[in-house]
Amino acid sequence: MRLAGQTILFLVLAFLIGPFILICVAGLSGGETLAFPPEGLSLRWVARVFEVESFRATFAVSITLGIGATLLALLIGVPAAYGLERYNPPGANVIRNVLSSPIIVPGIIVGLALLRHLVIPLGVGILPALFIGHTALLIPYAVRIVSGSLVNLRVDIEEAAVLLGASRLQSFTKVVLPNIRNGIMAAFIIGFITSFNQVPVSLFLTGPGVSTLPIDMMAYMEFNYDPSIAALSGLLALMSLVIVLVAEKLLGLSRYV
Amino acid sequence: MSDAFLSLQDLTLGYGGSVAVEALNLDLDRGELVALLGPSGCGKTTTMRAIAGLMKPMSGRITLDGRDITRVAPNKRGIGLVFQSYALFPHLTVFENVAFGLRLQGVAKAEITRRVTAALASVGLASFAERQPKALSGGQQQRVALARSIVVEPKLLLLDEPLSNLDARLRLEMRSELSRLQKELGITMIYVTHDQSEALALADRIVVMRQGRIEQIDTPANIYERPVSGFVAEFIGFENTFALKQGALVGPKGSLALAGAPGAHGLAWRPRTVVLGQGAHEGRVIGASYLGETVEYLIDSAAGPIKAETPAHAPRHAMGENLRFDLPVEAAAVLSRA
Repeated sequence: MRLAGQTILFLVLAFLIGPFILICVAGLSGGETLAFPPEGLSLRWVARVFEVESFRATFAVSITLGIGATLLALLIGVPAAYGLERYNPPGANVIRNVLSSPIIVPGIIVGLALLRHLVIPLGVGILPALFIGHTALLIPYAVRIVSGSLVNLRVDIEEAAVLLGASRLQSFTKVVLPNIRNGIMAAFIIGFITSFNQVPVSLFLTGPGVSTLPIDMMAYMEFNYDPSIAALSGLLALMSLVIVLVAEKLLGLSRYV
Repeated sequence: MSDAFLSLQDLTLGYGGSVAVEALNLDLDRGELVALLGPSGCGKTTTMRAIAGLMKPMSGRITLDGRDITRVAPNKRGIGLVFQSYALFPHLTVFENVAFGLRLQGVAKAEITRRVTAALASVGLASFAERQPKALSGGQQQRVALARSIVVEPKLLLLDEPLSNLDARLRLEMRSELSRLQKELGITMIYVTHDQSEALALADRIVVMRQGRIEQIDTPANIYERPVSGFVAEFIGFENTFALKQGALVGPKGSLALAGAPGAHGLAWRPRTVVLGQGAHEGRVIGASYLGETVEYLIDSAAGPIKAETPAHAPRHAMGENLRFDLPVEAAAVLSRA
């Protein structure tokens, strides 16, 4: 019984972590094509990643997009979460359900809808379109995670601030914000990683000249079947891993997700 | 306008469509400590929140120190509130918690340090300034909350069941400390509680509330000895409360003729004023509990069960024993309404 349990645990872990290890090892290949086991070990494909012009350009786009869209989502999401939690406006539950829809609705549908009904009719540029699409996608995460930390914050500490002379705004900035800071940081990190790894929505909204890194990687693979893609994937996975581990260490990220 | 320090005039309060407090009138003098006493749901906390400005009255007026504050924002009223849950700011140290109000007022740094230190010293927490609130015990947190409220020198301080989360020994200690601080600072206070002993020990006057209305406003001694209504009598420990009809006590079971009964709505006795072993009435012991200092009996009478309490050294009565008892009219509280 005990052995069976351990076997299942091992299989699950192997299934989850296996591909990651395969990709990383394949990226360290010394051969010419993407293969496992690799033909010898070298760092040449890792170095190659930094030489590809489009990777550098789209990496910059992805980073800018990830940070910008997450910040905008928080700018909208934090007050929204506060309003929903504290004032419980009519239809609050409807709003909560609508907000969770981008998590439920497949990204490919969101992307298609944005393209068909926003980008094409209004002639929105590629970068603004990506920005809008990603922000819309991230607002639910921002609202949900920040709501989670607001629930744990008692209303009476805000009332205490008000009775000590604080205006509503002061009580928000001096008492509420510092106490939900970790929640906001958690929302930022999750938002950033979600945006950075986002494929289906971006797929519809990217166009000639402007692309995000994951989309560019797919395009690259269609023409070049070399291990640099594996090397890049490994690097990106490491980057996400480091961000999450640091966040867990500093904020206890797992409490919010 | 009345010349009272705080005046509530025909204050009606409610949430949504339902009325929680109806046409309340109450005047407080400067420096007075008034307790709002009543069971949960009687409207005492609602009244307190309306005075603080945390909820808008449906109608009526509130004046403080000669100024109509009914429509004044809560942060501009100069009223402090000590919350039942303490409501300390978890991200700030004890010092910064207490300094919060002064910083908002733009008080100079040196002045803040001086006043916060003095306030912390007055509640006996001078050496705790750099602690985080969560590193303090409940009683210490309560003191910080108190210091935080008094350091800004409010015109009026409201206390919402401030001792209810403390254990019995601490409660007693904080009670005398509150009393000392109030006398030292001369702050006008409203103390909300459901605990009659706190109200009796602290208040200059007690306001007993029931279902959103005032039942009685009086000194602690008068509330304790001369409740005017059946509700106040029962709340304050007159556990044998009866209506009077044509010279007889009317209870749940029937009536009991009482010689020399005054013309009143009802009469009430504390258990320890019921005389056992002699008297005009007959009953049977249906309950007896030894409480250490005293023995508590439940006597089945013609009017219904009567609670009696005798000193432990008095003659004991066994369960099922038939005995005579007396309800002395001179020991009764005379009630003018239900």
